[in-house]
Amino acid sequence: MLLLAACGGGQQTRTETQASLPEAHIDPATAGTITGKVLFKGEAPAMPVIDMSSNPQCERQHHTPQKAEVVVVNGNGTLKNVFVWIKAGLAPARWAPPAEAARLDQNGCVYQPHVLGIMKGQQLEILNGDPVNHNVHAESTVNAAWNESQPPRAEHKFKQFSSEEVLFPVTCSVHPWMRSYIGVSPHPFFAVTGDDGTFSLKGVPPGTYTVEAVHEKYGRKEGKLTLAPGGSAVLEFTYGS
Amino acid sequence: MAAKDVVGYRAGLHRWSILLAFCTLLLVVAGGMVTSRDAGLSVPDWPLSYGQLMPPMEGGILYEHGHRMIATTVGMLTIISMIWLLKAEKRRWLRILGVVALVAVIVQGVLGGLTVIYLLPWWISSAHASMAQLFFSTTVAMAIFTSDWWLLGPQIIEENQKYRIRALSLAAPICVLGQLFLGAAARHKAIGSIYHICGSPIVTGVVLWVALRILLHYANNRELRTASVVLTCITFCQVFLGIAAYMTRIAYADAVQPMPLMVTFTVLHVAVGALTLAASVTLAILVRRNVTAAPLEFREAGRVAVV
Repeated sequence: MLLLAACGGGQQTRTETQASLPEAHIDPATAGTITGKVLFKGEAPAMPVIDMSSNPQCERQHHTPQKAEVVVVNGNGTLKNVFVWIKAGLAPARWAPPAEAARLDQNGCVYQPHVLGIMKGQQLEILNGDPVNHNVHAESTVNAAWNESQPPRAEHKFKQFSSEEVLFPVTCSVHPWMRSYIGVSPHPFFAVTGDDGTFSLKGVPPGTYTVEAVHEKYGRKEGKLTLAPGGSAVLEFTYGS
Repeated sequence: MAAKDVVGYRAGLHRWSILLAFCTLLLVVAGGMVTSRDAGLSVPDWPLSYGQLMPPMEGGILYEHGHRMIATTVGMLTIISMIWLLKAEKRRWLRILGVVALVAVIVQGVLGGLTVIYLLPWWISSAHASMAQLFFSTTVAMAIFTSDWWLLGPQIIEENQKYRIRALSLAAPICVLGQLFLGAAARHKAIGSIYHICGSPIVTGVVLWVALRILLHYANNRELRTASVVLTCITFCQVFLGIAAYMTRIAYADAVQPMPLMVTFTVLHVAVGALTLAASVTLAILVRRNVTAAPLEFREAGRVAVV
């Protein structure tokens, strides 16, 4: 009983703290943009080919061998799948999550996207486009972890994360090569680098910020910058093998 | 003397006990495959699998549900074993052991279910792994107790007062069990492998201490001599497999999925770990049965009960 009361009390306090925060407001006249790219120096490690022979239905969905996406170095020397977000500097505020759900698809027994950014309280829609069973295991440590099955043609799953957590893996134990990462941000200023290795955080209020880049293998890097009202700032991160 | 002439010997019960022990070893191998293949959570529900008795056996489901099917078979065999013992066995302590085995297999099944439901907390998973090893030793002991040579009675020898063995023989299974728990905790990422690796020379040393003492000072007893040699051989195999499992784990540290060589050596290491525990338990049982602390003349005078 005491334990239950204590847990309940903690949850209530957290909710009250959230509720007592002012609602975030962005003034379009002063909002600016943070852009940049994530560079990769050195020789790009060769990614192993995923062996899907244990499940031919997965294998048949690919015409070319699938390589692991742990380290993907783009042709322009930048690094893909890096989660970039404003870690510190924003005034405490309650940011409303977007109405649109973030989507995590299981297609060809591979998670798409490999790294996904989502806001606290935003819906996560999980799809199974494969003709096989998957289990979806969110290995979060701040948010409550869960593990649920998703058979083929099953209804989409919808999940939410109530706390900031950057990054945690989502795995499938049916197909042990399947692994994606989710970054839960308390605000909308985050991005994941793509095929050109760039990122762009738009509509950021003026201020001095700590921006963090997080990669699943190479870890975290921070950069500091000051954004003038209505201005823009550029930041580069460099990882290496 | 032919086996059928041994008083109290039931060939059927003995064969059944051997079958139970063999299936339990298969179950340990299947459990090792589940962990090594990272398939522990491939079936998120329990006791059913994807809400069914027989889900599609694909990918990790093959290992996790296969493990559950073998576990169910072992559970059934244990129930029949207990009923058989309760009905036919005269020795009360062996009937009790049959009941204990059933309770153990039920607890083991529940631990397996709980670790799936609670997403593999290390302490439940490690308890599940260690309990499996203990249960295997129990089934091996049951096979020994129901054998004709056990019923023929011990070859009593007196404990060497300078090189005592009765208490020391218990050290081997205790150390091996502790080492198995460290291995399980390392596999379930509660501790680093270094603790299990550091434990290895200690446990090997204790096993050798016990085995060599028997071979040097109790070698005239055939049962003890054979059991010591078997335990020593199994332990050396286990050390080799442990090194191989560790090396392959390092070699494939960056692999995106479990690699067959790593899985093979690790699962063999788990299985031979079970055999090491069973061999050390067997040796301890045989020492307690064959080596008497009391001088032989007292035993011969019937003052000490022979178990």
